[in-house]
Amino acid sequence: MKVLIPTSLRSYTGDRREVHANGATLAELLADLDRQFPGFRFRMVDEQGRTRPHMRIFVNGAAVYELAQPLHDTDDVAIVQALSGG
Amino acid sequence: MASTTNRPDPAMPATGARRGGASGRHSAPRVVILVATRKGAWLYHGDTKRKQWRTDGPHFLGHIVSHLVLDPRDGRTLLAAARTGHLGPTIFRSTDLGRSWREALQPPAFRSGPDGGRTVDHTFWLTPCHANEPDAWYAGTSPQGLFRSEDGGATWSPFSCINDDPHYRKWMGTVQDGTPDGPKLHSIIVDPRDPAHLYFAMSGGGVHESIDGGRSFAPLLKGLEVVEGFDVADPTFHDPHCVRLCPGNPDRLYQQNHCGIYRLDRPGDRWERIGNSMPARTGDIGFPMVVHPRDADTAWVFPMDGRDVWPRTSPDGSPAVHATRNGGRSWERLDAGLPATQAWWTVKRQAMTADTLEPVGLYFGTTSGELWMSGDEGAQWTCIARHLPEIYAVEAAVLA
Repeated sequence: MKVLIPTSLRSYTGDRREVHANGATLAELLADLDRQFPGFRFRMVDEQGRTRPHMRIFVNGAAVYELAQPLHDTDDVAIVQALSGG
Repeated sequence: MASTTNRPDPAMPATGARRGGASGRHSAPRVVILVATRKGAWLYHGDTKRKQWRTDGPHFLGHIVSHLVLDPRDGRTLLAAARTGHLGPTIFRSTDLGRSWREALQPPAFRSGPDGGRTVDHTFWLTPCHANEPDAWYAGTSPQGLFRSEDGGATWSPFSCINDDPHYRKWMGTVQDGTPDGPKLHSIIVDPRDPAHLYFAMSGGGVHESIDGGRSFAPLLKGLEVVEGFDVADPTFHDPHCVRLCPGNPDRLYQQNHCGIYRLDRPGDRWERIGNSMPARTGDIGFPMVVHPRDADTAWVFPMDGRDVWPRTSPDGSPAVHATRNGGRSWERLDAGLPATQAWWTVKRQAMTADTLEPVGLYFGTTSGELWMSGDEGAQWTCIARHLPEIYAVEAAVLA
């Protein structure tokens, strides 16, 4: 499925704004992204499996908060850097 | 970030950072100042007289870099502890003095726990291990955690029992108990005579020592004061800001604490408050502590205003380094070249350091983004750089 990458993580994807990854759940999708782009996952998910405070994930335009969220091959996933901080 | 490459540095030969060369010839030593800031890292390469400084940076622009350290065992490997406001913490490693960088495969991270566990907010402190342990490093984190790498910083694992030990967890307190930008484990010290003899400090949580290679630690708190009204016997209430071991006498430690300046001579275990001999109007509150590379009676501090609400500025807006040449019996104010008035910056605990040349060079970076140095042990100060982001850490390394 298509995954939109925020600018802050494009150093991992060779500056690509959109990549393809697979997974039956959001957790599996992130594992696949980390396989393709080592180090990617830990920058947005902490060691306790929680999405970092200022990172957000949208599936087909809806915010998703659980990594167990089921996914389908046709889903569009967007990883977004929240408009927070300064 | 898998890797990045910076432009080649024509002023520095490929072997410039190595000690000697294939021919065995040695060039005059040069100092490189490693500056970690809230918005990236910079290297300042000095000439042989420490008069001219060439800027290399920014590296990791936009990253919060807490510490940038050169490995003295090979003179060319750099580790940088970094994160951004949004992305999690990581370690970047360069084996060519910053021309190219690779990210750690496994940055410091706590073990996952049944109660949800703790999360490393940022790696705060990096210490190369003993000279006999090449490629080994220690890292201290916020919240307080101790980690070790055996492979030059590529992968990191929790080290020792303290991260999960119930006593240490109690002494660490919560994020609410820590410093404004998070409680920290810092001042990781390896005895140059014995890699199994370690110290570290926690803000808050006190100073601790291991004599068994980190399998166990014990508090080292006698003589230290705490904020009035709290239990001096409880490590929770101790707030060491910076602890340094004297290379010229590894049995001597100096400490800048939330409650004064101290010295400890081993095998004794009682800290002596040597800050009582500081000028009364200046006081003995501050963050950095710097020791002389050869003379254990000489140390430097950078006092700050710790009155009432803790302004964390230079006292009266008049910044000055203070030096002792007699183990803390007396102190001398060293402010020649520094602003005389209306300078309301201060220096963080990792942002002041010394080189190993003769005379010793001193360096500090300010919260207002200025980098200052003295080539004569503090007698005269010169500003090397202005308008940098807030400076978090300054290290000086001598390249042969």
